[in-house]
Amino acid sequence: MGAFRSFSLLAIAGLAVGWFATRPQPLPDDALIGLTGDPANGALVFAAAGCASCHVATDGPANLLSGGKRFVSDFGSFIAPNISSDAEHGIGSWTDLELASAIKAGVGRDGRHLYPAFPYTAYSKASTQDIVDLIAYLRTLPASDRPDVPHALDFPFNQRITLGPWKALFLRSDWILADVPTPQLERGRYLVESLGHCTECHTPRNALGGLQTARWMAGAPNPSGEGRIPNITPAVLKWSEGEIAEYLKSGFTPDFDSAGGTMAAVVRNTAKLSDADRAAIAAYLKAIPAVANEEP
Amino acid sequence: MHFKTLTVVATAGAFIVASAAFAGGHLTEDQQRAVDARQSHMGLYGFNLGPLGAMAQDKIPYDAEVAAAAAANLAALANMSHDAYWVEGTDGSGDGIRAKTEIWTDMDGFKAEDMKLAAATTALAAVAGDGLDAMRAAFGPVWQSCGSCHEAYRAPRS
Repeated sequence: MGAFRSFSLLAIAGLAVGWFATRPQPLPDDALIGLTGDPANGALVFAAAGCASCHVATDGPANLLSGGKRFVSDFGSFIAPNISSDAEHGIGSWTDLELASAIKAGVGRDGRHLYPAFPYTAYSKASTQDIVDLIAYLRTLPASDRPDVPHALDFPFNQRITLGPWKALFLRSDWILADVPTPQLERGRYLVESLGHCTECHTPRNALGGLQTARWMAGAPNPSGEGRIPNITPAVLKWSEGEIAEYLKSGFTPDFDSAGGTMAAVVRNTAKLSDADRAAIAAYLKAIPAVANEEP
Repeated sequence: MHFKTLTVVATAGAFIVASAAFAGGHLTEDQQRAVDARQSHMGLYGFNLGPLGAMAQDKIPYDAEVAAAAAANLAALANMSHDAYWVEGTDGSGDGIRAKTEIWTDMDGFKAEDMKLAAATTALAAVAGDGLDAMRAAFGPVWQSCGSCHEAYRAPRS
């Protein structure tokens, strides 16, 4: 057997092992056993997780998750899918387990990897009970028959097999703020790092689209091109906890400017949370490491 | 000698290219004036929103006179014509500009936001001196108008 042939066989074997090791892995069959969904808590999870911000059409009613919004990135355009309760075009006929696998494990109903434009990297840390509640709430929302449009991605990002290794690199189960001495900080961490997926915009990414965790929340280029998503670590964000909480409630900054751009949609969601939850987010933002802005 | 001439020509050439690139990223005097004027106008909104917002949030006690004066200013500002502010070529996020291209591509939608603010501030000015509850109720539509316009037509800081 020639050297080239053994090398080829080895390479193929290596790829096969790589594929197998990084194949899509949905939640185990028994993941939801014993859990009952509470749609009232699900409505709060829905707001905290910001589902509507991406899945409602630009001109659609606020609770119709018809999808269709375009998200431009360095890898191509992602188009939000219909996740309304429609049985054919939405998620109406998905089982709870299929939905929970999509949300927490990034695996679609067809068993393929989902693109991390859907922030399952953050939702993977959500409590299974919260996700079951969320699913119960989603089922109460109206149906839209808008058919899905495929993403328009550049090669090689249009090859879903590349998502296996990507997940192996960047789908982390540990928390960034390891030390949470109070229940309030623990709640804040949960809302920011998991449900709120704040870091998806506020933390810069490396060339592969993974988060640069050493610059956690230190600001990043705006994916849609204009301006920058601000640094909200204590190095730059000097507002008091009360001022941060007020901003998340009314959208007003301490000097009475108002939230704009994509943050306006975020504030519509955080306005629905309790005062205690907004205070917990503010406490978390004061507890993370201060990271100075990079010199331009 | 030849070498020296070449150096001078090359240096001059580099300066021309560099200054052209520099000018390309900057505004004409007229454009800059329009940008300064509209940003000052925004500053006046913020200044007059201050006492009303602080009263609405119970940070300072309600004062009918102060509230009425601030609300009258807001209404005056919002009812001025802003048309001359939106000079072509003053969009984008460079030079401290946060005006989104959508202002020019969707001028009708932008003007509708303008009308909304004019109506909301006029309504606020009519009741701002009539007590905290009346002022607070009329304040809501004003800040909603701030937010919806900034959502669609203002980019984050660069």
